[in-house]
Amino acid sequence: MQSELTVIWAGIIVFAVAMYVVMDGFDLGIGILFTRFRVGTERNTAMNAIAPVWDGNETWLVLGGGGLMAAFPLAYAIILPALYAPMIAMLLGLVFRGVAFEFRWRDPNHRARWDAGFCIGSIVATFAQGITLGALLQGIKISGRAYAGGYWDWITPFSLLTGVSLVAGYALLGACWLIWKTSGQVQEEARRFAKTLTSALLAAIAAVSVYTPFLNVKYYDTWFTWPGVCALGVMPVVVAGIGLLLYRRIGKGRDFAPFALTLGLFGLSLLGLAISMWPDLIPSRLSIWNAAAPRSSQLFMLVGACALMPLILGYTAWSYWVFRGKVSETGYH
Amino acid sequence: MTGTETALNLARAQFAFTVSFHFIFPAFSIGLASYLAVLEGLWLKTGKPVYENLFRYWIKIFSIVFGMGVVSGIVMSYQFGTNWAVFSDKTGAIVGPLMAYEVLSAFFLEAGFLGVMLFGVTKVGPKLHFFATCMVAFGTLISATWILAANSWMQTPAGFTLNEVGQFVPKGSWIPIIFNPSFPYRFVHTVIAAFLTTSLVVGAVGAWHLLRDGQNAGARTMFSMAMWMAAIVAPIQILAGDTQGLNTQEYQPAKVMAMEGHFDSYAAGAPLVLIGIPDEENRRMSHSLEIPKLSSLILAHDLNAPLAGLDTIPRKDWPPVAIIFWSFRVMVALGVAILGLGLFSVLARARGKLYEWPLLHRLAVLMGPAGFIAVIAGWVTTEVGRQPFTVYHALRTAESVSPIASPGVTGSLIAFVVVYFATFVSGGIYIVKLMAKPPSTHESLPEPASPRTAGITPAAAIKSGGGA
Repeated sequence: MQSELTVIWAGIIVFAVAMYVVMDGFDLGIGILFTRFRVGTERNTAMNAIAPVWDGNETWLVLGGGGLMAAFPLAYAIILPALYAPMIAMLLGLVFRGVAFEFRWRDPNHRARWDAGFCIGSIVATFAQGITLGALLQGIKISGRAYAGGYWDWITPFSLLTGVSLVAGYALLGACWLIWKTSGQVQEEARRFAKTLTSALLAAIAAVSVYTPFLNVKYYDTWFTWPGVCALGVMPVVVAGIGLLLYRRIGKGRDFAPFALTLGLFGLSLLGLAISMWPDLIPSRLSIWNAAAPRSSQLFMLVGACALMPLILGYTAWSYWVFRGKVSETGYH
Repeated sequence: MTGTETALNLARAQFAFTVSFHFIFPAFSIGLASYLAVLEGLWLKTGKPVYENLFRYWIKIFSIVFGMGVVSGIVMSYQFGTNWAVFSDKTGAIVGPLMAYEVLSAFFLEAGFLGVMLFGVTKVGPKLHFFATCMVAFGTLISATWILAANSWMQTPAGFTLNEVGQFVPKGSWIPIIFNPSFPYRFVHTVIAAFLTTSLVVGAVGAWHLLRDGQNAGARTMFSMAMWMAAIVAPIQILAGDTQGLNTQEYQPAKVMAMEGHFDSYAAGAPLVLIGIPDEENRRMSHSLEIPKLSSLILAHDLNAPLAGLDTIPRKDWPPVAIIFWSFRVMVALGVAILGLGLFSVLARARGKLYEWPLLHRLAVLMGPAGFIAVIAGWVTTEVGRQPFTVYHALRTAESVSPIASPGVTGSLIAFVVVYFATFVSGGIYIVKLMAKPPSTHESLPEPASPRTAGITPAAAIKSGGGA
């Protein structure tokens, strides 16, 4: 029973991270592209497309972090010090991103400054998240129950690659969100960005996929022996297929399809990561079983999660429903 | 100081800085969310436009405060891991679930309904919008419940046992963990503090505009509502503070000894030290002004009750006496001043001069920030008073910290200071600018719910200081 609860909690945390990546991904993506839109109508519209929902989207990050501390305290206690600098950078980036939503309206004289903060904050937060992913995949040194590596261990060619990849990925999500939620000039711009970004993201996925099996012999064995080798055969074909379809749909004047297809790419990437990592939280050093909180804690939280998660998904969906449809500079139609 | 000690103190400084800055926002938004729910409810019930306009006036301020609370709050939830890794490993199984419940039951609720509350006024019906406002207000209170349960557990840990690797794990039921001995007292005291803080800000804004235009309907209504709150709630808060003090006396006597400045034990009646300079080195108060036996009366309800002092506590378990001694006095002095303002307003109301007594209005303006200072002083008292432990008498602060060397923590601390001042000070200025504008009879909605030509309406409103 203990072990089943642990698997359930690993699943809940993966779900929270996936929700975060997708939902705040398009918020941050719009931030990344923000200063490429023209001052005035274009920027205002892009901002309005996420203003009512960004706070809820960001909450999944708190659930991911808080859930990790609660369900796998040892993993939380090792991963965060190991990624000290990128974590602090992410938090500070999110500060600039978050305050810009209000501040840019309040202070037109310095609007350009808050717009720049919105953009740079989004890039820094995304890049730091990408680095976190890469640093985790490449492995973290542990001694006893603590992080044993140095302050700069997280910075490697691989983590820089995952950092850049995530920036491209979020930017594509953001562009596709704008294709769906806006019209006119902003939508056209977004389509232009999305085309370039699709190519960039596919290249990034390919590079990370080729690099990963050589980071750790365990990854290599997972992917190059039965049954992982089946996935190895199928995944690239599916990714390439979705990528091609995405590229064509962006050009063909479809509004929702590009966003849905980009979600597909993110879903497959996450699946690939999960296959590589399972059942470890820190590759080859700390499994979900070794890091798990006691049964009492996991059970207590599971009761809450089962009762509240449907409610959360319900009213979150309702709030998206209220702000459905195309957005304009002056709010929602 | 050794390198480890320096790193520890830097980590403490960083936590103190980020949590103090953070708490300013919830201290305001908890009260303001409830105030907005009351205003919208009154508007729905009475149909009086003054309530609608006040709702619109304050929601613009609320949206800035709430946003700053969110971004500074996320920092807190990750800082346990970055800087207090050992604490996280050891207490995660207890503190973690309490915070996870906060996220699941409060943060999502607030965030889910905030968008509709801020921007949905033209999208949903008035009743549904009122419901959204109530959910946000309710969410702030649920949030306070869980985080205070976690904090109180650190102060008065209960219901736990240590496992074979030294982690704190639940002994059985979660009830004694959540409803640990100091939780009910701390919850009441903190939530009332948030309501009082908000009422002082609202009262100050109302008073400021009454000094300029005594006929402004919005200013009159907000001032009157705020003064009712101050007059009724300030005495309750003093009582709540007293009971929390007695609870602390029972479970954390060293904290109370430091608050009182009692280095020595008294066999028959301890004096109340009004003011003085704590001298930790020589273990005595210097230049103190004392009232004989009064401390025994307050803490034991008996003039001649014996009272133990810090001489009964091993030196290594002392909290930093001087900080607590002073922060406690700042809080109490402001509490008394708030009570005074409340009583003054009752007098003015009885004489029918609530809106025409400039001295009262000037005093109310002066007291506007008093709530913030008092809550920070109160938190300094209770948190510094928990030292040198993170989990009281069970885990030392020095044994809770992450293995990050001084340069790393110095860098992050500087980054936090620079970024927080750059962003939150700007936010504070925008809030004050909004407050400086008198409530109008045609208040606009927050962007982007209201039609707006890019960069004109809000700018003009702020620059001209009114007339929107």
